[in-house]
Amino acid sequence: MVDITTELSGIKLTNPVIPASGTFGFGQEYWDLYDLDILGSISFKGTTVEERFGNELPRIAECSQGMINSVGLQNPGMDTVIKEEIPKLAKHFHKPLVANISGFSIPEYVKLAEAMSEVPEVGILEVNVSCPNVHGGGMAFGTSCENVSEVTREIKKVSKKPVYIKLSPNVTDIVSIAKAAEDAGADGLSLINTLLGMRIDIKRRQPVIHNKMGGFSGPAIFPVAVRMVYQVSKAVKVPVIGMGGISGAQDVIEMMMAGASAVEIGAANLVDPMACKKIIEDLPHVMEELNIDKLSDIIGCVE
Amino acid sequence: MKDVEFKILTNEPLTEDIFKMTLDGDTSSIQRPGQFINIKIPGRYLRRPISVCDWSKNSLTIIYKVVGAGTEDLSYMEPGDYITALTGLGNGYNLKKIPKNPVIAGGGVGVPPLYALAKELKNIGITPYVALGFNTKADVFYEAEFKALGVPVNVATVDGSYGAKGFVTDIIGDHDYALCCGPEPMLKAVYNVVKDGQFSFESRMGCGFGACMGCSKKTKHGFKRVCKDGPIFTMEEIIW
Repeated sequence: MVDITTELSGIKLTNPVIPASGTFGFGQEYWDLYDLDILGSISFKGTTVEERFGNELPRIAECSQGMINSVGLQNPGMDTVIKEEIPKLAKHFHKPLVANISGFSIPEYVKLAEAMSEVPEVGILEVNVSCPNVHGGGMAFGTSCENVSEVTREIKKVSKKPVYIKLSPNVTDIVSIAKAAEDAGADGLSLINTLLGMRIDIKRRQPVIHNKMGGFSGPAIFPVAVRMVYQVSKAVKVPVIGMGGISGAQDVIEMMMAGASAVEIGAANLVDPMACKKIIEDLPHVMEELNIDKLSDIIGCVE
Repeated sequence: MKDVEFKILTNEPLTEDIFKMTLDGDTSSIQRPGQFINIKIPGRYLRRPISVCDWSKNSLTIIYKVVGAGTEDLSYMEPGDYITALTGLGNGYNLKKIPKNPVIAGGGVGVPPLYALAKELKNIGITPYVALGFNTKADVFYEAEFKALGVPVNVATVDGSYGAKGFVTDIIGDHDYALCCGPEPMLKAVYNVVKDGQFSFESRMGCGFGACMGCSKKTKHGFKRVCKDGPIFTMEEIIW
């Protein structure tokens, strides 16, 4: 029997597979399909202080081996998430959750961190400073070292749970941003968020999505994600959750060899709702083929 | 929702860009007319949502329009090929809420799901009046199939080359209750001339089963997802 367990900031995960925020809602579309307790954790839909509809439609464009979305953080708002969505999810999932939060100002991030870290079901705060789909917030925070430092420091002052900063790949040097977060006290890092992308409908001579640009995800971005996880994990001491285009157990192994302690699965859930289950079931077989006895042994094994 | 592998039995053009495909496989998760399936096309990343035109225990008919590379690939697939699809998606028409004398109003590639609806209505003792709208004579399909169900059918074409000249709204008469599927301007036109009804909306979808929030829609009852809470919306909840 191979050992597929891993750990994030003292929280033991039965396996490294976590559905990524924005592709799993609050679990409701999946709990009839399979037992959610097989998952390592769940990063639930990015939550803001107020309810949001998000961007105008269309919000989705297809790409070769991927997709662009410009949903724009549609969610019912912090209070409803805490009072209604998390309790419903907790009936189907009995492990610590990853609470993905997104603000439009430092006081909003602080408010979200205060409230979410009080929720007993929440194990980790995943702070989205990298959403490409909202103006005046999100990515604006994640693209400068100063902003990342400040938001991390302020959240750390109030959070009772480990704080993971979710980084944008849409920067010149992701390593310096990662270090800024670590220096400001981040307990871990999540990367990568989506790459800023665009598609044009050549018949209509117009962008496919209403917002023109959106976040590009799916297998096409996997090599970029592996590269960034590798660069960042070599430069920081805190654990990294690796994500970006993972679609199979072999990708999980590759991402962990690059330096990830756990992984998130995003777009794959949308094209195959059973993706996470299949990956978790495949993982031991792939490990056996590769003579890996203990998954945590391979974290960052590539020099 | 079920992920099902289907064997393609037939895949034939009905008009220049509208194709009819019949499939053999498990249809047990399809419960109501107006639901759709989300097809995995080899080599394409996102699935393609296509409404169900008709189904029985082990067979399924879809009618789709070639609008892009994915549906073009689909049109080249041959009998004997296999495709997989998530089945039983969306809410479908609510048959319990339909009064005695409804009009079924369809436009273009919005017509197919209305066939199963007309059939189901006949089964429960309601004879709908069917009004179908197309751009031109060459685009007309499924008139004979509707007639074979024993329901009155009328066709309008925008250029008047077949049937009445004009839009679906010109041939729906004084019916109060509409069951509608078609492009959004057509839905809105019908909405404006009837008292009540159920309207099927199209949207560009990511997942098709409610997870990604790609196809959200503002309604009088809050934010809904076209794929999961729809695609059928009742007249009283629609915001244009």
